[in-house]
Amino acid sequence: MSIEVRNISKSFGAFQALADVSLRVESGELVALLGPSGSGKTTLLRIIAGLETPDHGSGSVLFHQEDVTAHNAGQRQVGFVFQHYALFRHMTVFENVAFGLRVRPRNVRPDRATIRQRVSDLLRLVQIEALAERYPAQLSGGQRQRVALARAMAVEPRVLLLDEPFGALDAKVRRELRRWLRRLHDETGITTVFVTHDQEEALEVADRIAVMNKARIEQIGTPEQVYEHPVSPFVYDFLGKVNLFRGRLEDGRLTVGGSQFGAGAAGGEEGSAAVAFVRPHDVEVARHANGNSIPARVDHISFVGPFVHVLLMPKNGEPIEAALPRERWRELNLQPADEVFVEIRSARVFADDYSI
Amino acid sequence: MRPLFKQRRVVPGFGLSLGCTVLYLGVIVLIPLSALFFKSARLTWPQFKTVVSSDAVMAAYTLSFEAALVAALVNLPLGLLVAWVLARYRFPGRRFLDAMIDLPFALPTAVAGITLTTIYSDSGWIGRWLETVHFHAPWLMWRGFDGSWWPFEVQQFTSVSYTPIGIAIALIFIGLPFVVRTVQPVLQDMGLDIEEAAASLGASRWQTLRRVVLPELRPALLSGFALAFARALGEYGSVVFISGNTPLQTEIAPIKIVQELEQNHYAEATSIAIVILLASFFVLLTVNLLQRHYARRGMA
Repeated sequence: MSIEVRNISKSFGAFQALADVSLRVESGELVALLGPSGSGKTTLLRIIAGLETPDHGSGSVLFHQEDVTAHNAGQRQVGFVFQHYALFRHMTVFENVAFGLRVRPRNVRPDRATIRQRVSDLLRLVQIEALAERYPAQLSGGQRQRVALARAMAVEPRVLLLDEPFGALDAKVRRELRRWLRRLHDETGITTVFVTHDQEEALEVADRIAVMNKARIEQIGTPEQVYEHPVSPFVYDFLGKVNLFRGRLEDGRLTVGGSQFGAGAAGGEEGSAAVAFVRPHDVEVARHANGNSIPARVDHISFVGPFVHVLLMPKNGEPIEAALPRERWRELNLQPADEVFVEIRSARVFADDYSI
Repeated sequence: MRPLFKQRRVVPGFGLSLGCTVLYLGVIVLIPLSALFFKSARLTWPQFKTVVSSDAVMAAYTLSFEAALVAALVNLPLGLLVAWVLARYRFPGRRFLDAMIDLPFALPTAVAGITLTTIYSDSGWIGRWLETVHFHAPWLMWRGFDGSWWPFEVQQFTSVSYTPIGIAIALIFIGLPFVVRTVQPVLQDMGLDIEEAAASLGASRWQTLRRVVLPELRPALLSGFALAFARALGEYGSVVFISGNTPLQTEIAPIKIVQELEQNHYAEATSIAIVILLASFFVLLTVNLLQRHYARRGMA
């Protein structure tokens, strides 16, 4: 079941949450809406679900080429998973999952045995069949989220929509659950859209990522595309850590102090201000100067997983963060206060009309 | 000593605060209540029985409990509706309405009683109108022990002032804030997401209300009901004016108590009071047990 959003706008009073947004999600795809808070991602998801109505006359929502803009949430047959689970506290896990089947009109309501079977199948799918008779208050956050997911899946939704599904969980459970979501999606093949502000989550789980900023979709693409080829400074900045080098364009190259960077595709007028964006793992540290390198002093060293993060202070300008593989760091034998030289392996230059 | 009292706690003041609580409850609640029991203990058991089972007293009990129950039952849905409107909608005058809810708390009840009596009397604003629409309402009255299993009978009343209907109206007025103020904060905290979840699962508005919203509100509704009921049972000030105090017809139990006191029949007065006290204690206890039942599911 494909989802298509065409030219949707939405305002809450004076605040514009969505400005002429269009998005197409192919059948069976898993798409992440990624952005900072207030970027409109949740509003877009809620409009797809029918929990929010777009501004009058501003566009349409289509499921499988069928216009569902006028349908309410129940008629759209979507499974929606809320950030804070929204479980019914007075019902057991079993009753929560069965709710969507039990409220169906009599003529399409499955009989008791079918409901029982279906609910226990779903509880097995989300791996909590032993908890069927518990109340939500007796479950952990991760278990509640699984119940919420099973409840949404019970009505055999045409699409699955998740609003920051793992936002309220701790880091370890979160990682576990998102792998599991990916597997679940691969098994069921249901078209899925989820909202997140965690770039790592989006990069790890999604087939495609729509990066949102200020009521618009800034870029849509595969995780590799948006990470490796960001189309705007915002996307570059939002997807991972970044070092900024401000300077002027000269001869089609960005000059910062004594160093030069290739201006790349962004271009710009000769002499105009520009900024180079450099990922920490594209920063190389060397003991000896080379034509283009920047002298700096090692300020701080921290160990984050497989990488060693080194904070470098150039003579003038902003601190530079470098991420070195452990072997490289050992090879260099870096110590705080060492004088070293920084080389930039690759950079992306954008005209300087953007500030972080 | 049990370890509970010996344990050192991170937050200090357990001993002091428990001590103060026990002392305060003792002075304010327990001593007056036990005095009640001592006073009535001057009567022998047969004497006690004669006092509390006389027709006048039984009629007063019937009226008191029935009126309090009717008022609390009326306040339950209406209070829920008011709380819903105040918690869920934004409209001009909302704050004004919100403040108005508390007026029955603050108004001297005698003033409320006199006002209601005037408005609902046959020449009053509402009373006059009720007459033109031929208002009448049934009320269950005490008939007396006559050997049958059902010592009550239904009477029709065509006016409000000076009838049990008027008493019920005064008690509705008094009890409304209790339901509104217990339900409103719970509604405000409840959030819209469970309703949205129900809607996205295909539930109709009515199904959502009946199967999701009302069960979530059940503990708060129970508390509100119990408070309104208990308050109505003890209400005196507003009722004496609107009831007219006709013996066997519109005398509520507190009025019977006052009458006994005025004749210096202290033991009789406290005996009547004790029955009310025990009955309302059982009502409140039942509500509390129900609350515990829901709390065990983690929702109170």
